[in-house]
Amino acid sequence: MLLSIVIFLPLLGVIAVALLRNMGASAIKGIALVISLLTFVISIGLYTGFEAGIDGFQTDAQLYQKLLWIDGLGISYHIGIDGISLWLVLLTTFLTPICILAAWNSVEKGLSGFMMSLLALETGMLGVFCALDLFLFFVFWEAMLIPMYFLIGIWGGERRIYATIKFVLYTMAGSALMLVGILALYFQNGNSFDLITLLEAGGTFKPAMLLFLAFFIAFAIKVPLFPFHTWLPDAHVEAPTVGSVILAGVLLKMGTYGIVRFCLPLFPQAAADATPWIVPLAVIGIIYGALVAMVQPDLKKLVAYSSVSHLGFVVLGLFSQSDAGIQGSVLQMINHGLSTGALFLLVGMIYERRHSRMIVDFGGLAKKMPVFATIFLIVTLSSIGLPGLNGFVGEFKILLGSFVGDAFSKWYVVFATTGVILAAVYMLWMYQRVMFGTPDKTNEALPDLKPREIAVLLPILLFIVWIGVYPNTFLKPMEESVSAVAEKVKVKETENTPAVGQIIINGKTQDTVPEVETATGQLTKEEAQTK
Amino acid sequence: MSKALIILLLISPLVGFLINGLFGKWLKGKEKLSGGIGALAVLVSLICSIVAFVSVQDGNILEGDAGILYPWISDYISIGFHVDALTTVMLLVITGVGFLIHVYSIGYMHGDAGYTRYFAYLNLFVFAMLILVLGNNYLMMFVGWEGVGLCSYLLIGFWYEKQSATDAGKKAFIVNRIGDFGFLLGMFTLFAAFGSLDFVSIFDNAEAGNFQQVFGASTLVIATLLLFVGAVGKSAQLPLYVWLPDAMEGPTPVSALIHAATMVTAGVYMIARSAVLYNIAETGVVVAWIGVLTALFAAIIALKQNDIKRILAYSTVSQLGYMFVGVGVGAYASGIFHLVTHAFFKGLMFLTAGSVMHAMANELDIRKMGGLRNKLPITHATFLVGALAIAGAPFLSGFWSKDEILHSAWGSSKVIYIIGLITAFLTAFYMFRLIFVTFYGKSRVEPEVASHLHESPGIMWVPLVILAIPSALIGLLLGVGGHNSWFHHFTEDVFPKAGKAPGNVILFMAISSIVGIAGIAFAWTRYKNRVPSDEPTNALQKLVANKFYIDEVYNTFIVQPIKNASHFLLWRLFDTGIIDGIVNGVATLIRVIGGTLRRLQTGLVQVYIVSMVIGIVLFLAYYLFFS
Repeated sequence: MLLSIVIFLPLLGVIAVALLRNMGASAIKGIALVISLLTFVISIGLYTGFEAGIDGFQTDAQLYQKLLWIDGLGISYHIGIDGISLWLVLLTTFLTPICILAAWNSVEKGLSGFMMSLLALETGMLGVFCALDLFLFFVFWEAMLIPMYFLIGIWGGERRIYATIKFVLYTMAGSALMLVGILALYFQNGNSFDLITLLEAGGTFKPAMLLFLAFFIAFAIKVPLFPFHTWLPDAHVEAPTVGSVILAGVLLKMGTYGIVRFCLPLFPQAAADATPWIVPLAVIGIIYGALVAMVQPDLKKLVAYSSVSHLGFVVLGLFSQSDAGIQGSVLQMINHGLSTGALFLLVGMIYERRHSRMIVDFGGLAKKMPVFATIFLIVTLSSIGLPGLNGFVGEFKILLGSFVGDAFSKWYVVFATTGVILAAVYMLWMYQRVMFGTPDKTNEALPDLKPREIAVLLPILLFIVWIGVYPNTFLKPMEESVSAVAEKVKVKETENTPAVGQIIINGKTQDTVPEVETATGQLTKEEAQTK
Repeated sequence: MSKALIILLLISPLVGFLINGLFGKWLKGKEKLSGGIGALAVLVSLICSIVAFVSVQDGNILEGDAGILYPWISDYISIGFHVDALTTVMLLVITGVGFLIHVYSIGYMHGDAGYTRYFAYLNLFVFAMLILVLGNNYLMMFVGWEGVGLCSYLLIGFWYEKQSATDAGKKAFIVNRIGDFGFLLGMFTLFAAFGSLDFVSIFDNAEAGNFQQVFGASTLVIATLLLFVGAVGKSAQLPLYVWLPDAMEGPTPVSALIHAATMVTAGVYMIARSAVLYNIAETGVVVAWIGVLTALFAAIIALKQNDIKRILAYSTVSQLGYMFVGVGVGAYASGIFHLVTHAFFKGLMFLTAGSVMHAMANELDIRKMGGLRNKLPITHATFLVGALAIAGAPFLSGFWSKDEILHSAWGSSKVIYIIGLITAFLTAFYMFRLIFVTFYGKSRVEPEVASHLHESPGIMWVPLVILAIPSALIGLLLGVGGHNSWFHHFTEDVFPKAGKAPGNVILFMAISSIVGIAGIAFAWTRYKNRVPSDEPTNALQKLVANKFYIDEVYNTFIVQPIKNASHFLLWRLFDTGIIDGIVNGVATLIRVIGGTLRRLQTGLVQVYIVSMVIGIVLFLAYYLFFS
């Protein structure tokens, strides 16, 4: 029941805003903020009520619900969360009030429509992460496009129409494929869209590779995985600040979430077979995104391309067939939501002051805006993956899991690790050009952050540090759910031959000397194959 | 030793950082208070370090479960401490030299607009450096490693309005990241092999041969070489040394603390800490060769530099090379011993250079100095102590530590020994060239500057004098007796036993002394009354004066091509041109097809009928003739 409240409370807010839209701007903003804050507070109940030991979906009646919807077609209102979706739900409920507060003074026309779109979007996103019925999932998946379409198309920049259409068409092209896939699964699943039964039968669907691709391409576009990424820079540049935050913070995660929720467990063998094709794309994305980000003159485009690079890491970890790698990916989804969300907020804040996003227009901001410069630095460092902040933990687990997981050549990990160097290059170069130097006359006059703006950023900073210093708060609840996925993918690979390092990771041998047995008694892959 | 002591030791500078960082606004204008908090924070750590040192000397080592604070990443990597003899040596250097430099900074940074920010960064640096040496596993070392890199970045670019300063900071961070790339991959390899990154666990299993052969027999070779890539970046060795000379853009006490005494020695510490692995993998020879070549190369460049801080910077690169020779040939204790003595004398020399700059209105060019010894007697005397120590003058600290390294190198490779000896000669030469040109001869100081030439205030010269004492004497205290010295005994449990180097100790000492004194004498004949000429006379001198054009080569062949390729090939051509071209092309194609087909919808019934008839005829014809 609690979960349903969390999902639909924002929709209630849409109605409230619609009814009270004539009461003035502050009332509209107030309602939207209160509703979204309330949603966040209630969603904390999902965390406190969460049982970490369960490897599937939570069974508590507060966190799980199944109601018949269209009985004859095997469609039900079926929702629930596990250790993976929990964090994406919380990320969504956390970022939405931040966005509303961030947009406080920046919407000039159609405020009520803006807030309604934002709240409707929240329900759509939450629905996607919680749906346990493929039909319901698809409804939310598509429904969420509409408010996003408005956010970019109405409140966007000059080329907003081109960007919106590109964004929608790209996504639709993917969803069309996915719809076919969903229907094929439906018929093989005894005319039911039920995800639980589908997951139980994971690996038996045919034709596995085609179905895998139908889903994977839809998600890869959303991620976006190289080379499906060109909608992203346009969408980001044209979207209003808040649109970019939601887009980077949550929407992109739907792609990676889809991969870990559907592609991997439903078609494990196909996923393994496709790994040699997907992993190179992920690694190219890491390097390519970073290099192209480096030469961007526009701050928002720079951050957009950096997302391509970061999401490449996430995809890499998802296909690593290791607990550590997949955990890292899930954590990195959160991390990217926080860091990149914060980056877009910061860019938005100087855009409001300077009405430019061009790097060349800035310089020397550190002198007049010390608070801004400090927060920007922390977020930049988080994005670079400085240990002690959130980004490092995710990246480290992804790379470590990929290295020991043995799902693909270690050379890919070597190349992916160069992303660590490149991230420092493009972020620090950008930071230098914007913050350092002597400010010119225009930049000299820019005021530092206002209390409201600091309030928008502080909660994000809190989590940036928290995840960096004590990530187990976030890792522990996802362990079982990630293992469940990893087990499915590993089935074929590990029947006789445990991957290198696997046992030790799963065995939780903290600071202990590995037994002689685990270290030398394990067969290496080559040995096993020759036997 | 209790964990609480170590926590206090570690947390104190963090608290100092937070106070100066968060309340900088209120501390503005209260320089004594702000600097005092910074120095006090490090003093607390220093006292704790001394307690820890005494405790370790009594045989109380903090390791294993006792040192663990909390599990950090899942269950297999924790935040925890490992405190043994090596750790306490590093702790004393960091907090001891660090404290003096904090005190010195109170005077040196007087009147700077970023005073509180400076002390915040400096405290943060000490905190990160302490994490680096206190950690009980490689990942925690990496946390400190990156933390000191960040502080180095912030402090090099401290005067951020200067383009050259922020460029240098950025360069330092990025070049270090290239090293970190190796460090990370090294850790992955170790984890894949041992299932842990914990020092004790890895070393015990490595000795027992009990690990996964991830890369077959060369697993440890690969792991240690990758770790060494990290050390090459952090400790500014060939080919990644280029950031350190540029790092001199930062305030001079920063150069003393970070870029001479502590951070840059982290790579040496890492190799020494991993001594077990390097001994098994036998990769020390690579370390020693890179070290000795760097030592020579940097010493040659130092010969022709005229910027007082850059001479010291190249000297640091060169001396770090010696330390790598030490740990590379298996003389781990000697390498660390040189790290300690170097921290004192090089820290001292940087601070004296700061004192010179303080007197000279931030002038760095030694050609514009001369005869300063009369005006700056304390600065001159303390600098002389440092220079004699680095030149290897008998019985001063550098004499003992450098000689130990050279002697051990002889036992490993005679070529390394000879290159090391040549470098020793060059070291004495360039250092005394610096002294003679700066402090002796006629004054070339511009009149305006000369009018207020003055010795630095007490808060600056007292630390100089205090540092000069160990620079001169610490070798006598710790180093006498070579492999039987106090220092070797203290650290004997940490390092694998090194074989005794062959040859007569006294003879080696004599040779080293003669070489050092010869270098000084040669510098005297060349520069006692001469100013370095402005223009290099021949091609070789030009090459050296321009630092072998290494920066230019990197820029032309690496930086610019990557930048241009990213801009033109990847972004403009591939991203916008090809991918988006295809996307937009598909859209256009559909529109064109739609547009064309739309024209068929003429609305004229006759046309529809005609086309129907044609269609029917074609169908019929098909069935009649082809089926």
